[in-house]
Amino acid sequence: MSAFWTLLKRDLLLQVREGGAVGTALGFYLVVVTMMPLGLGPDLNLLSRIAPGVLWIALLLSALLSLPRIFEADDEDGSLEVIATGDLPLELATAAKALAHWISTGIPLALLAPVLGLLLNLELSAYPVLVATMFAGTPAISFLGAVGAALTLRVRRGGLLLALLVLPLYIPTLIFGIAAISAATGGPSGVQASFLILSAISLFSLVLGPVAAAAAIRFQTQ
Amino acid sequence: MRLAVENLIVDRGARRIVDGLSFTVEAGEALVLVGPNGAGKTTVIRTVAGLIGAAGGTIALEGGDAERELPAQAHYIGHLNALKPSLTVEENLRFWAEYLGAGTQASIDEALLAFDLEPLAMIPAGYLSAGQKRRACLARLIATPRPLWLLDEPTVSLDAASVRLLANCVGQHLEGGGLVLAATHIPLGLASERRLEIGVRSAAA
Amino acid sequence: MTPSDVTSQQSLTQRLANPTRFMQLSGTLMPWLAGAAAALILYALYLAFFVAPEDYQQGQTVKIMFIHVPAAWLAMMGYALIAISSFGYLVFRHPLADVSAKAAAPIGAAFTFLALATGSLWGKPMWGTYWVWDARLTSMLILLFLYFGLIALRSAVEDEALAGKLCAVLGLVGVTILPIIKFSVDWWNTLHQPASVIRMDGPTIHPDLLWPLLVSAIGFSLLFFALHAKGMRNEILRRRLRSLTIAEVDRARGASAAAAAG
Repeated sequence: MSAFWTLLKRDLLLQVREGGAVGTALGFYLVVVTMMPLGLGPDLNLLSRIAPGVLWIALLLSALLSLPRIFEADDEDGSLEVIATGDLPLELATAAKALAHWISTGIPLALLAPVLGLLLNLELSAYPVLVATMFAGTPAISFLGAVGAALTLRVRRGGLLLALLVLPLYIPTLIFGIAAISAATGGPSGVQASFLILSAISLFSLVLGPVAAAAAIRFQTQ
Repeated sequence: MRLAVENLIVDRGARRIVDGLSFTVEAGEALVLVGPNGAGKTTVIRTVAGLIGAAGGTIALEGGDAERELPAQAHYIGHLNALKPSLTVEENLRFWAEYLGAGTQASIDEALLAFDLEPLAMIPAGYLSAGQKRRACLARLIATPRPLWLLDEPTVSLDAASVRLLANCVGQHLEGGGLVLAATHIPLGLASERRLEIGVRSAAA
Repeated sequence: MTPSDVTSQQSLTQRLANPTRFMQLSGTLMPWLAGAAAALILYALYLAFFVAPEDYQQGQTVKIMFIHVPAAWLAMMGYALIAISSFGYLVFRHPLADVSAKAAAPIGAAFTFLALATGSLWGKPMWGTYWVWDARLTSMLILLFLYFGLIALRSAVEDEALAGKLCAVLGLVGVTILPIIKFSVDWWNTLHQPASVIRMDGPTIHPDLLWPLLVSAIGFSLLFFALHAKGMRNEILRRRLRSLTIAEVDRARGASAAAAAG
């Protein structure tokens, strides 16, 4: 297992040293959310009603921008092949890389969300639920995203294809993420149910993602 | 310990690159694959490293660690250096030593010394010249001890002095009972070096 | 033991899994399959227009159902076929499974589109709009996106063998996610539109409507299989042509090498 932590540590260190990707994702998130009031008009009631949806969709799009980098850099410089000759099964290596993506991109995006909620006049009671659902839901974004990133690893102009493959898979996360927040602001069903399902989806993708991503990488390095 | 490859068949797309190749590498022996471009030298090395699936035949490390897969007992040096430009030479080396297992501070220091990298240890790999990067890549061989070395053109962009450093390391590895399977155009000048000609097509093919 | 004994001992799937045998068998079956599909669909259309009564609520528009419902069934069956083929290709490494998955994707996408298009034509007079974000419509739309993803991934990867394996991975990921998507979309609909739950199944189907529907469903299923078999035959022929071309190139290279040596 120490190889797992070594790989995770290195990926996080690289994120710190090279930066860029996280900043771009956060900047994109800010810009997309800012566009909404500009496009829909400054009606505060309307904005606070659509705020959970806007925050979630913009978060998905921002995370999407950073997905290709999960495996790309390691593939280009030959590291991925050496990683494959390690003792660590490739499934765990892809899990470590997806986890690094979640820590370096998913968590900062989830932390930025409540700040952007202010711009959209999100109801005060929704803030704790918003942060909680984003922490519970974003692992699915990283781990399912890793599958898409692995599938399009050697594809030219893979970024667009990646969006096409991955966004439909994000729909359950989106639906239950928004359901939990609207429940907190007086929606018809309980917060707990949505939150638990959201967590279940993340746990499920935690298993499925690395297995499928490792298979896709094996096929491509061959 | 003995690397035995029997009747190896490898297909790339619709083409058969390697057809029924058999060879063995004994402990303390270096086998150098020679052949024209496209003969399949890289393919054979990558197949032994487990990076390519074989369509037929067997690859076995007899007398190796039965608990571990063959690729996990081998060092694969490919065309790419697997270095991160933003990490220093020592950080790069330490990562691989820890990831591939059994890397200690002593073995990392030894590896830096063996490839004359000590002056460069604290410099980010992105600043190095091509030859220096290659040496930093090869230092992996020393930092984590593994019995089988798979070297695909290890001397690329190395100067004469660096080739000698590599030859020393390979020599010591062989003396210690290690195995080497290499494809190289530059002779390493080893005592126990055997050459295997591959990819010589029959006239009609 | 004679060779014929050996073949008779193989299971049906083993015999079908041989491309040459598949070509023979599908070649014999194709005209019958296509003919039966055409006859049944024509008969279903006759029943739909001249026998089936008008619905007291829906009027003539109820007849869209005879195309819409089979198309929706086959859209889902198409994905199931892709998932089974993907599994077969990844586990048993049989090239024919990949051919099957590849051939099924555009057909499945076409039926999904047909279901969505006929559904929206039906919706206009019934609901006063071409599109509602009903759970069933939404999940069909997502199914269409999954089909598009499979087709796009296959055309984006140049190495065909690799493209097949990657599509198989995506096909299996899709099939595990699909029920979750379906379930989440159902949930989402009840949440947001509790007042306007749209019942597409309407009142219990009258036997006069059920019979043409069944005939139509069988006819369209046969059409699906005929198209799928034809698609697989085309793909097998295309692959044979490609390997012949590669062999030609190799021969030319061998000849030029021999000439250079001589």
